[in-house]
Amino acid sequence: MGAYRKALIDPLFDDNPIALQTLGICSALAITTKLETAVVMSLSVTLVTACSSLAVSFVRNVLPSSIRILGQMTIIASLVILADQFLQAFVYDISKQLSVFVGLIITNCIVLGRTEGFAMKNPPGLSFVDGIGNGLGYSFVLVVVAVFRELLGSGKLFGVPVLPLTTEGGWYTANGLFLLAPSAFILIALFIWALRTCKPAQVED
Amino acid sequence: MSQDSTLKTFQVATGVCLVCSLFVSTAAVMLAPRQGENRRLDKIKNVLVAGYLEEAGKSAGEIYRERVEERWVNLSDGDFVPDDQLADLPDANEFDIKAMMSDALLGEDIPPDEDIAGIKRRPKNMVVYLVKEGNRRQQVILPIYGKGLWSTLYGFIALKSDMRTVSGITFYEHKETPGLGGEVDNRSWKAGWRDKQALNEEGDVVISVLKGRVDPDSAQAQRQIDGLSGATITTRGVDQLVKYWLGDSGFGPFLNRLREER
Repeated sequence: MGAYRKALIDPLFDDNPIALQTLGICSALAITTKLETAVVMSLSVTLVTACSSLAVSFVRNVLPSSIRILGQMTIIASLVILADQFLQAFVYDISKQLSVFVGLIITNCIVLGRTEGFAMKNPPGLSFVDGIGNGLGYSFVLVVVAVFRELLGSGKLFGVPVLPLTTEGGWYTANGLFLLAPSAFILIALFIWALRTCKPAQVED
Repeated sequence: MSQDSTLKTFQVATGVCLVCSLFVSTAAVMLAPRQGENRRLDKIKNVLVAGYLEEAGKSAGEIYRERVEERWVNLSDGDFVPDDQLADLPDANEFDIKAMMSDALLGEDIPPDEDIAGIKRRPKNMVVYLVKEGNRRQQVILPIYGKGLWSTLYGFIALKSDMRTVSGITFYEHKETPGLGGEVDNRSWKAGWRDKQALNEEGDVVISVLKGRVDPDSAQAQRQIDGLSGATITTRGVDQLVKYWLGDSGFGPFLNRLREER
């Protein structure tokens, strides 16, 4: 059981895909202006990573090395289209806000990174758990960033007003910077700083 | 047989592709009706938002069925499309601006000197939404679109029964910068359009979106809308697209006709 536990828990803090491996930053900038979109995106990425790791691990022994990456990309792309179709069918509003970024999960380095780096060498069960773990590591950063951006940028959480805005008669002046992409860079950098201060082993030379 | 032989490579590639395409196509076919329904509902909601027709405790579909009538309008002569020509057009609830304007038969080029909204093509016929209160025509809601900074903005503008006063405006699709041009979605900015005068007695478009704020003491204030701060180009885009669609080359002829009917 140790290997499973490690595969699930490690990517959260010790080997976080965004904070340590700096993968998947692009979407982390784009869809974290609202907590709602960040959560849906997190779920999609987690499921896609887990299922593609599972599928790749199943075919790892028959997949010829010359078309290794092609095979993985085909599987990942199919799963992303599936995710997109389901979002359009069941959470249409959010799927509209996520727009192209669902499709861009295909190019999210975390997914291919896990299938190529882990699932090609490990059995299906363990690969699946590793996919979930890395998805959760990504989700964790996304949700933290989104909480700050939505709260400070528009005074809300999940669309519910928390800090009453001056434009609606309250006391909080919304900080527009938090709605723009650069703020996500700053927040992720702060997150990495905090993490590496707590765990000095992650500091690169 | 070696794992990397050409034959094996082809076999595995074909197998992977077949299984994947099976999953994708099954999902696409199974979910298509639900997705289509979502798109229709989304459009209905936006029509209601433009006309401030939403009511608490009533579903969008319900209000829409009771109060809104969809009609095809021919843009060039401003008349309702007669029943015998409707067969050439899609169903009114499947009106899709993008598909129609790029269609060779259903769309047409806009002469460059008229194209102030920067859209190049438009459908020859468009669906308008007539809102009734009992037997009275209370509002007309028109589809509008035009170029902003990054994207084309698609939306609706609602006019009151005099066909001159704005009742509301909304945009349901655009990719403008969140926080700047994206503020076209801001409720309080949209509320600024309410009861403004869009057309004068002669039917000329008089409304304009300013760069900056409207001076409430100005004699023109009734015909002016606040610009969006930090979004000069989106603001100009909205100004131009409203002028285009309410003007003579847009819905002007249709609005004149409705005004004469009253």
